[in-house]
Amino acid sequence: MRIGTFMYCLKQGIVNICRNIWFSLASTAIISACIFLLCMFYSIIRNIQYMVFTAETTMGITIFFDEALAETEILEIGETIKAERAGQIKEMLYVSAEEAWETFQTDYFGENMALAAGFSDDNPLAGSASYEIFLKEITGQADMVRYLETLPGVRRVNYSNHVAAGLASFNRILAMLFGAILAILLAVAVFLISNTITVAAEFRKDENRIMRLIGAANFMIRAPFVVEGLILGLVGAALPLTAVYYLYRQTVEYVAAQFGILSGIIQFLPIHAIYPTMLGISLTLGGGLGFIVSSVTIRRHLRV
Amino acid sequence: MIEIAHLTKIYDKSKRALRDINLIIEDGEFVFITGRSGSGKSTLVKILLKETELTSGRVTVNDVDLGRLKRRHIPKYRRRLGVVFQDFRLLKDRNVYENVAFAQRVIGASGRMIRESVPKMLTLVGLSSKYKYYPHQLSGGEQQRVAIARALINRPEVLLADEPTGNLDPQNAEEIMRLLDAINRQGTTVIVVTHSHELVDRMKKRVVTIDKGVIVRDEEEGRY
Repeated sequence: MRIGTFMYCLKQGIVNICRNIWFSLASTAIISACIFLLCMFYSIIRNIQYMVFTAETTMGITIFFDEALAETEILEIGETIKAERAGQIKEMLYVSAEEAWETFQTDYFGENMALAAGFSDDNPLAGSASYEIFLKEITGQADMVRYLETLPGVRRVNYSNHVAAGLASFNRILAMLFGAILAILLAVAVFLISNTITVAAEFRKDENRIMRLIGAANFMIRAPFVVEGLILGLVGAALPLTAVYYLYRQTVEYVAAQFGILSGIIQFLPIHAIYPTMLGISLTLGGGLGFIVSSVTIRRHLRV
Repeated sequence: MIEIAHLTKIYDKSKRALRDINLIIEDGEFVFITGRSGSGKSTLVKILLKETELTSGRVTVNDVDLGRLKRRHIPKYRRRLGVVFQDFRLLKDRNVYENVAFAQRVIGASGRMIRESVPKMLTLVGLSSKYKYYPHQLSGGEQQRVAIARALINRPEVLLADEPTGNLDPQNAEEIMRLLDAINRQGTTVIVVTHSHELVDRMKKRVVTIDKGVIVRDEEEGRY
């Protein structure tokens, strides 16, 4: 395509938008609402995934063994687990009864270590040697627990899946909620863009008829409308993207400043970690929506 | 050359617009097509423009068989025709220059070609001094000249004029006819559909008269 032809189509697309400014604004606003919602949803989902990932890497499965078992037997069981479940295990730590007692003393007695002296050489946690297993993915936790419980010599398997399961469940509910709202807004956006293009086609009815008779290619007749749809979609995407960029940064800074106590629990991803994907998805959705809806609409309205 | 053989056009069961039309128009001819309202003249123009499909028969325009012409090839075919209407059909929001340039721009002509050919065409139709005027600032005759310039800018082989003087006073109508005659003398085939007795009689060109969808008269240097 010649640059002149491209510029002509671009100019006519902008003329269409200006002629029909209120419909154009309404279309842009609804696309912006859709994409803003999508960006919010994406930010939340990604952060929850990040929190789940953090939980996955910090929460482990602890295995306790029969008290009668010697340390060598426990270590043998450990080797068996490592060999049979190597694919699932990220890290596996052995905590001997002595190490467990030392850790307990530090955690429990703190500065009053003299109180622990009463136990002298008697380790109350004798027989509490354990393995801590950290999985590559928390989704395999239930399977791993079932496997560990079947091993001979294993007395108890401690694990906690409440946080991860809760976050995953919250993710699902959120996805359904946002999905429903997004679907409604997308339907409204399709309707509005289609209406905007129809009105623009009506404005250009005479011009299109002349173009047809002169021998303009179908592409040339349709192009201004498709450009119009594309611009509406891209502007509709750019506005919420800008808003989300600043809003996200402000929110992260605000939470860090006002709720520092939560910093150990809630950790946000930095904006640069999520923005490139968000940018790509939003521009594709906005531009794609504008392009497809305007193409289909103009194809229906202009029999060329 | 335009060859029409046994052309019939039926819009619906009760209305037969054209019946078994046979007509040959040689390259470079000037032909008036006359007839009363509803006689089928405009249907013939629409068929030649490929705006409507023929029902039966065969129409060939410069070796293009319109009955077999595929939809995607219609734009290219129409570039070989120029068309002028009674109501001018100019773009009201664009000036004379832009109206004429429009015809080149929409077929993807280069900017340089447009800048070269539009002033020449405006000189040909006598509007070079009014290239910045908008349609509402021009007389009917001048608007029709702009429409003719737009129709000719892509150098069509055939110029179809459907009642080109219908909205003009006698003096302007006369001027437009002189312009069409001049264009014809440069080699373009000109087909004019008209009601105007005076112009047809004065021009002494070939006259084809259609009545109730049938050619009832075809005379060289004929009269209305």
